[in-house]
Amino acid sequence: MKTNLKAVLTGTHTLSGNEAFIEGAFAAGCRFLAAYPIMPAIETIERYLKRSAEVGATFIQMEDEISALAAVIGASWTGKKSMTVTSGPGFSNMMEHLGLGVMLETPCVIVDVQQSGPSLGIPTRAGQGDMMQARWGSHGDYEVITLSPSSPQEMFDFTIKAFNFSEKYRTPVIIMSDEYVAHKKEKVIIPRADEIKITPRRYFKGQKDKYLPFKRDKDFVPRMVDIGDGYKFHVTGLTHDDKGYPIMLEECQEYNVHPILWKIRNDTEKIIEFQEIGTKDAEIVIVYYGATSGAASKAIKQARDLGIKVGSLKLDTVWPFPDKKITELAEKVKAFVVPEINYGQIVSEVERCSYGNANVVFVSHGENGIDNTEDIVSAIKLALNEEKIKKGIIEYQSQTGRV
Amino acid sequence: MEPLRKTEKDIHPMDDLLRMDRIPHIWCPGCGIGTAVTAFAAGLAKAEIDLTKTCIVSGIGCTGRVAGYVKLDSFHTTHGRAIAFATGIQVANPDLKVIVFSGDGDLISIGGNHFIHAARRNINMLVICVNNFIYAMTGGQVAPTTPLATYATTSPFGCVEPPFNIPYLADSSGAVYVARWTALHVRRLTNSIAEALKKPGFSVIEVISPCAMYYSRINRLGDGLDMMKFYHDNTEIRHGEDTKNLDIGFQTKIIVGKFVDRERPTYMDSYNKWLSGTKKD
Repeated sequence: MKTNLKAVLTGTHTLSGNEAFIEGAFAAGCRFLAAYPIMPAIETIERYLKRSAEVGATFIQMEDEISALAAVIGASWTGKKSMTVTSGPGFSNMMEHLGLGVMLETPCVIVDVQQSGPSLGIPTRAGQGDMMQARWGSHGDYEVITLSPSSPQEMFDFTIKAFNFSEKYRTPVIIMSDEYVAHKKEKVIIPRADEIKITPRRYFKGQKDKYLPFKRDKDFVPRMVDIGDGYKFHVTGLTHDDKGYPIMLEECQEYNVHPILWKIRNDTEKIIEFQEIGTKDAEIVIVYYGATSGAASKAIKQARDLGIKVGSLKLDTVWPFPDKKITELAEKVKAFVVPEINYGQIVSEVERCSYGNANVVFVSHGENGIDNTEDIVSAIKLALNEEKIKKGIIEYQSQTGRV
Repeated sequence: MEPLRKTEKDIHPMDDLLRMDRIPHIWCPGCGIGTAVTAFAAGLAKAEIDLTKTCIVSGIGCTGRVAGYVKLDSFHTTHGRAIAFATGIQVANPDLKVIVFSGDGDLISIGGNHFIHAARRNINMLVICVNNFIYAMTGGQVAPTTPLATYATTSPFGCVEPPFNIPYLADSSGAVYVARWTALHVRRLTNSIAEALKKPGFSVIEVISPCAMYYSRINRLGDGLDMMKFYHDNTEIRHGEDTKNLDIGFQTKIIVGKFVDRERPTYMDSYNKWLSGTKKD
């Protein structure tokens, strides 16, 4: 692939999360965006259009989010790296084609700039209420790689990572941004084009009539071809064989769907990334991701100043969930504290993986969670004072903003 | 032993255009979809377009299975979203000719929004809509094209909703080519498909098809042959007819023909114009 130098804005910039996402996408080689306007994701589309002409990228504003993701999957089969961007209500609409993307094993990237919910919620406020929807929202069994950036710089880096994962595993990848990360402006360093690692699409190179769109390599990932290359292939969202022909048998369901899940499950060690600080001597570990990162790291500092041994585990990859890491830590530490801007989603995963070896204290809050340091510190104290291991999640009762 | 050679008799002229390893197909005896596919294959051959640069997208339903039988780059997608999927393909690679082959329920009911918006944008694609007046794959429910007072499993008292007039919908949404034929008008349908394949912009061809298993059985209209006889006696060719006048009632006269053939800039025409404008600055 020819590198378009204009696509990579090498240098130091002040960018919002939304803008950094577009720069990351261009740097990763993305050349197609289909989207439907929604707050608080709209600046992404505007940034894309400001740069699309010089980068040589195509845009279409679709009639809804259902068609936006459908168009992205179609576009991806023409060989263009493709993506869509949305927020909560649109993300709900996309669930239908998230499933199609998984079943057709089509590389693409979806960004959900999370807002408050359910339903319309508050479109201009941050939330983390879609974390479980990303994992379980589409019907049937699937695995989806989900990254959670906490700053514009991470937004840039994770977007490149997301495109690389999507090409490597031939699967949709979701980036769970939120209103806070999307609108926060910070310094973003964009490296030179040759310093950015890009995973190219893995193409089938063989006889035209020998191509099987779902014939798997040893790593369970099938090769792709582009529409118009003369392979005359067929793919379907129905349960299918290697040829892509529908087979309505239970054996084929196993043959087809099992590898779609295991191509990711077998590689979780390579996919999962987290930032672990000070957990060696820690009594309490704070597990956090995305928008709560700022408040969490402040709280850790405050607690450490108070003499409490606190460590932190920031999840860069939320799905697949770092089960092993949590289980390992649970055997060493007294408790986990999990702050989230929702009413309990990732915390239940932490509780599941600790197998009753450590307490799990949940700090649930509304948008004030972005700078809600005090509640996290109080929750750390609560966790420290808990003598016995309690069953289930201990919910920290916030002192602010609750009726 | 020397392998058996195929004689000329064994080779069907459409072998190159159909996925013979998937035949026999799933359609019932008396169904018109097979005829529509034959006309499509003949139309493809007649249009003499580059088949490697042609792809086909279907949605769900009886007609939704067409993509699986045609030997092109082919996609069987979600219910109603074939046009949206095809829009992505066309815009991402404008060199491709995209055909959407699906049914009335798929394209006009669940996919109605995508249909009108693709027509409005004038996306370069040919939509072949097989209209059998009913949801057949799920067992004969009311469709958005089911004529008033017609029986279906979800209208045991007769359909109470007025149906869509597909050519009128396509015309008023901005399609550049609109035609309607029945499964009986094979030669004219073939010509129409060949003509529309070469036409840039959003083209719609409605193919009225007998559903011998559900529509005609529930309404006691006989078998597929009886439906074809009905088309023979009750269709009238009126090219250029105002699409307003193309409503179809229960067993009323069906007007067929080519109704719209006009020029309008496609989405990519306008997009490239904008793009070249920005490059000059």
